[in-house]
Amino acid sequence: MTGPGPAVEDLLRTLAPQVLGLLVRRHGQFDACEDAVQEALLAAALQWPADGVPEHPRSWLVTVATRRLTDAWRSERARRDREVAVAVREPAYAGIAPPPDEEPPAGDDTLRLLFLCCHPALNRPAQVALTLRAVGGLTTAQIARAYLVPEATMSQRIRRAKQRIEAAGARFTMPSPAERDERLRAVLQVLYLVFNEGYTASSGPDLRRAELTVEAVRLARELHRLLPDDGEVAGLLALMLLTDAHRAARTGPDGELVPLAEQDRGRWNRAEIEEGTALVTEALTWSPPGPYQLQAAIAAVHAEAPSAAETDWRQIVALYRLLGRIAPNPMVTLNQAAAVAMVDGPRAGLALLAPLDDDERTAGHHRLAAVRAHLLELAGEPGAAREAYLAAARATTSLPERRYLEVRAARLTDRR
Amino acid sequence: MKYMLLIWNRPGFVEGLSEQDRNAIFSEVDEIMKELTESGELVGGQALADPSQTRTVRLTGDRTEVTDGPFMESKEQFAGYLTVDCESPERAVEIAARWPDVRMGFGVLEVRPLMDDAGTEM
Repeated sequence: MTGPGPAVEDLLRTLAPQVLGLLVRRHGQFDACEDAVQEALLAAALQWPADGVPEHPRSWLVTVATRRLTDAWRSERARRDREVAVAVREPAYAGIAPPPDEEPPAGDDTLRLLFLCCHPALNRPAQVALTLRAVGGLTTAQIARAYLVPEATMSQRIRRAKQRIEAAGARFTMPSPAERDERLRAVLQVLYLVFNEGYTASSGPDLRRAELTVEAVRLARELHRLLPDDGEVAGLLALMLLTDAHRAARTGPDGELVPLAEQDRGRWNRAEIEEGTALVTEALTWSPPGPYQLQAAIAAVHAEAPSAAETDWRQIVALYRLLGRIAPNPMVTLNQAAAVAMVDGPRAGLALLAPLDDDERTAGHHRLAAVRAHLLELAGEPGAAREAYLAAARATTSLPERRYLEVRAARLTDRR
Repeated sequence: MKYMLLIWNRPGFVEGLSEQDRNAIFSEVDEIMKELTESGELVGGQALADPSQTRTVRLTGDRTEVTDGPFMESKEQFAGYLTVDCESPERAVEIAARWPDVRMGFGVLEVRPLMDDAGTEM
């Protein structure tokens, strides 16, 4: 299947949450409205490239989606009429919508949709799938291809997510101030997951997965536009941009992974680095530092170094310490150990790693073994480093990572 | 995370079962498959023909040799697989533990993570 072309596709993706928000506010029934909007988007994707984009594309989509919604209700009503020979009331307008006359400022619908799709009644994969469809305007087939599952599986996941949301009595309103922070954290995590799914695949044979990166950045940008006063939203967008800036340099000609220290910095995307650095630098002047801002700040320090050797490791260590204080996590310790090794030597880094063997979140994890291998190599212990690289290679479930780790181990074989 | 659940069982174990028991096993499998479909976890799966239909291909000296029968001579043979996409390795094990071959002791299930094309630079 060929797509409708990038211009039409972009327009449809932007309009999707607006149209869906409008329908849900008018009619309630998130589940039915979401289906109707999907059908309208598909119709537009077929018709617009052939007949031209209508003068009022948003109204066109609203009209078509409303018609689909009415059709669905009519057939549902006919079905019920056949089943019970009593008069059926008007379709239930109740449910999750606030009164239709309450017209919110533009953009609020997108926020409400994001919060709804990241409802705590759903697990992460369901939140991801629903966000991509309802807010991102992706088709089920596109999402299924990106996550390498059959379309039927993805379709079922989305259907079930919508049922859960209805069953949980979720409303198409802003969450209460008490709930809001936690819900926003879930939204940020979902967007970051989508980004990483695409970014880590960007060297793989399936470039369709890499499009998820573009989608995640687009949604993070939109969220930043809607919530310009949230430092973590700015931080997440900055982190995505600063990470994505490495894309061209992160793999070699044969698709092999190139570690940060060996990347050709001339191939880093300067525009993304400048935008990301400016975003996080500015946010840190007024916002309390959060995990996304700090990770973005670390990425910005790497980005400003003209070469790996000229990296300001002291600053990176300080940022990791701060990050470990606000968001303690063994994965942070792992990265901190690698940075400490560059300031105080590999032994100091290895000492920081030792407790992670007793933490069930990192014990036996390939990243722990990989960092240890690297530090052992720096410490001049090729035999132990080789064993650690091989342990990491056995533990990872990523093909390019396994290949990288096996190569590192093989380079040490002769030096043992 | 995707896992392949490899089903190993004793060929011909059904021959010793009553019709009622056989039907019970089929409906149990149907039930699990239905549940995995509804939860959006099922990615795929296939059953394999009896091991007597197997051909094994290997290099002997400088030519390819084809022999009838399975590669491994063991009581249990590879009988089929299902692939699931689920949240944790524990969940994959939970699905495997419910499979009738395990529950009734006709065989074993191996739970193996699938490799991914994506990777993080280190």
